[in-house]
Amino acid sequence: MSTQTPADVPGQTETVPGPVPPAPEIEAPGLSQGQIVRRKFFDNTAAIISLVVFVVVFLLAFTSVGFAGIPGWWKYNHTEFVPLLGDGAPTVTGPFSWGEHPFGQDSIGRDYFAMTMRGAQNSLLIMFIIGALAGLTGVVVGACSGYFRGWTEAVLMRFTDIVIIIPVVLAAATLGESVNRFVGSGAQVWLLGVFLGLVLWTGLARLVRGEFLSLREREFVDAAKIAGASNTRIIFKHILPNAVGVIIVNTTLLMSAAILLETALSYIGFGVKAPDVSLGLIISQNQEAFQTRPWLFWFPGLFIVLICLCINFIGDGLRDAFDPRQKKFNAGRAKDAGKPAA
Amino acid sequence: MVTYIVRRLVTAVLILFGASYVVYQLTALSGDPLEDLRASNAPNREQLIQARTELLDLNTPAPLRYFGWLAGAAKCLVPFAATCDLGASIQGEAVTTSLVRAMGNTITLVTTATVLAIIIGISLGIITALRQYSGLDYGVTFMSFLFFSLPIFWLAVLLKEFGAIGFNNFLADPQIPASTIVVVALASGLIWALFASASWKRKAIAFVVGAAVAAALLTVLEVVDWFTDPGLGPIVILVTGVAIAFGIVLLTAGLRNRKALYASLIMVALGLVAYYVVNPVLNAATVWMILALAVLTVLVGIGVGYAMGGYDRGQSMRAAALTGLLMGLLIVVDRFLVTWPAYVGNPRVRGRPIATVGAETPGLEGTFWITGLDTFTHLLLPTIALLLASLAGYSRYSRASMLEIMNMDFIRTARAKGLSERTVVMRHAFRNALIPLATLVAFDIGALIGGAIITEQVFAFSGMGQLFVQALQRTDPDPIMGFFLVAGILALVFNLVADVAYSFLDPRVRVKA
Repeated sequence: MSTQTPADVPGQTETVPGPVPPAPEIEAPGLSQGQIVRRKFFDNTAAIISLVVFVVVFLLAFTSVGFAGIPGWWKYNHTEFVPLLGDGAPTVTGPFSWGEHPFGQDSIGRDYFAMTMRGAQNSLLIMFIIGALAGLTGVVVGACSGYFRGWTEAVLMRFTDIVIIIPVVLAAATLGESVNRFVGSGAQVWLLGVFLGLVLWTGLARLVRGEFLSLREREFVDAAKIAGASNTRIIFKHILPNAVGVIIVNTTLLMSAAILLETALSYIGFGVKAPDVSLGLIISQNQEAFQTRPWLFWFPGLFIVLICLCINFIGDGLRDAFDPRQKKFNAGRAKDAGKPAA
Repeated sequence: MVTYIVRRLVTAVLILFGASYVVYQLTALSGDPLEDLRASNAPNREQLIQARTELLDLNTPAPLRYFGWLAGAAKCLVPFAATCDLGASIQGEAVTTSLVRAMGNTITLVTTATVLAIIIGISLGIITALRQYSGLDYGVTFMSFLFFSLPIFWLAVLLKEFGAIGFNNFLADPQIPASTIVVVALASGLIWALFASASWKRKAIAFVVGAAVAAALLTVLEVVDWFTDPGLGPIVILVTGVAIAFGIVLLTAGLRNRKALYASLIMVALGLVAYYVVNPVLNAATVWMILALAVLTVLVGIGVGYAMGGYDRGQSMRAAALTGLLMGLLIVVDRFLVTWPAYVGNPRVRGRPIATVGAETPGLEGTFWITGLDTFTHLLLPTIALLLASLAGYSRYSRASMLEIMNMDFIRTARAKGLSERTVVMRHAFRNALIPLATLVAFDIGALIGGAIITEQVFAFSGMGQLFVQALQRTDPDPIMGFFLVAGILALVFNLVADVAYSFLDPRVRVKA
């Protein structure tokens, strides 16, 4: 499987732009961690652009063809057959002149814009389910084994090791078959997300465990223990807020890996299956037509790249924002984040 | 340490038992192995179903059937017994046979891609870390994110379209239009300007020089009709060799170390002599002969470096050996290029050398050079696809690691001692920056064998990934279990190797005994 676990995702980076002049020695009011992170993140041009693009793609995918029974504003849906206009080439000529079929039609006349949007919607949905589920499982497993140690840790970590070496493709294929047998294809997309989420949490669990292992030895945890705080309180009030950076960043990067994994699985026929569509599935259905109808290949691919790129840049921006060792940052500048750098 | 390793190995065996049980059950749940027979309308359908039910022992429930498989697999642990029984596929081929063949193919596919990704990725990471926040840094960062976000199956179709079909069309009639020369020259100029250091003057010079060199090169190649009749020839080998010698000495010893420089230059001269002397021998080359020559070259290089003597012999020896190795590579490349017309003209290849699918041209026979070229043309596209996908990880990690090291106090100390920047970067920073990467490399090697499922699928490359996917499509349990065993064992072993290597390389990290 070419997809990587979150631990493999590119390392720490510092992309806050531009060298910064030394800050004047002024008395600055204190900033909370949340404020610092937010300001550092909004300082990061690449991350903000990606965030905006991502929101646009998200809205486009979910409002255009409708979602969960709510009709969208686009005139076709991904299953309708419309008579082919000419050779079904794309009619989009500019950002506001879309024409009849902006992304063209596939070889049997379905509107390709609707198909791409539906595919993007499914891919995003699966991505979010994976992110939420794998994030939750990973944090719970990692936190429990890192905080309680002993037998809890041994059992949970060996379980993690077992899940790590089970091939993801196999898990997905098993799911596809069971869904078709027991549930029917309506819930297919949701269940695919759930199933993948249940196998992809391992990397995050290891990272969270490491973070908890080092945090639980710190003085403030000892202090809380002596003050009589319960385990629940220490975990949720003292340790988790300090580990939240690692968790958020790695969940984001996990989601970018998840969207590649989902499209790849659909491409080789173990993910989303017809009659529903996914970006990977429509590429696989249409790749033979590259010579005659190249748009069938370009548009879904570009959407995958766009979504994945945005998520990666957002994750990178978050990582920078959460990294306290960030050299190019000082609170004085963060306070003036809105103003142009002097 | 030994206790630690033994304990980890024991745990690994237990994990393998647990995981193989889960995998077996998942496989059983993943489909119906009789599906194709049920749908068939062959007259002997019932017998066929009967036969396959018996072959796969389908009347036993899957949780019990696992132990039948386990009993066979356990025989593999008996040393020297040669009764390894991993079952057979539905078609009746023993899994051990097909595994060995698939592993061989996969290893040839992934080795080159991984080695190149490591070398290029780490170099890019180091350079961008040294030029933090420069145009180069931003460019490389963006490109690595872009490559990282490309779905490999999509990239593969693009590569086939433009890398294979387009390039083959070009080779059929190698004419470089003037517009292409201009575009390539501009692109090359831009890249050179990005790599040049900060000042605008130097960037401009780099741009002009880069563009001019690229344009001149393309024009010369076009004029001498290089693409129909390629080759390097002694002069190009000599010039490139001298450049390599200077480059290597610059990186490993510094140009002020004259002895190392002379040792490397001697190796270039020896290489040129060897170009004429060895050439007849190369007619009957085999892989082993090339490897033996490579070892010989390294030994000669070490000898030359030793003979030069001087204050630090190790540096001369290293530089000379490395130069010699690269000279040898040049000679081999030249030889391959000279064979190129014969390969393209081969009736099996029919003038379309770059292949889009498969691992070899069926039925092609010829010398080492012809089959070598054949492997190369088949591996080219999948290797590029894998390389681009895994480049990002290495370059981002090495950049982060290098940035962290360059801010350490011992780097400041090294500079304060008056060491040259080359020594600071190559000796003090680079080596330490590689430590965390050793773990990453070990993990990646562990994941290699099972790691190219999609790529193999797209390029119809019959390796481990394809074995697995095809078995999965037919719900054929034994090949799936075979794949899982190999991939799982490798992953577990290299996981352990990564941890142990880390504690060897970094004495601050102690493993719990």
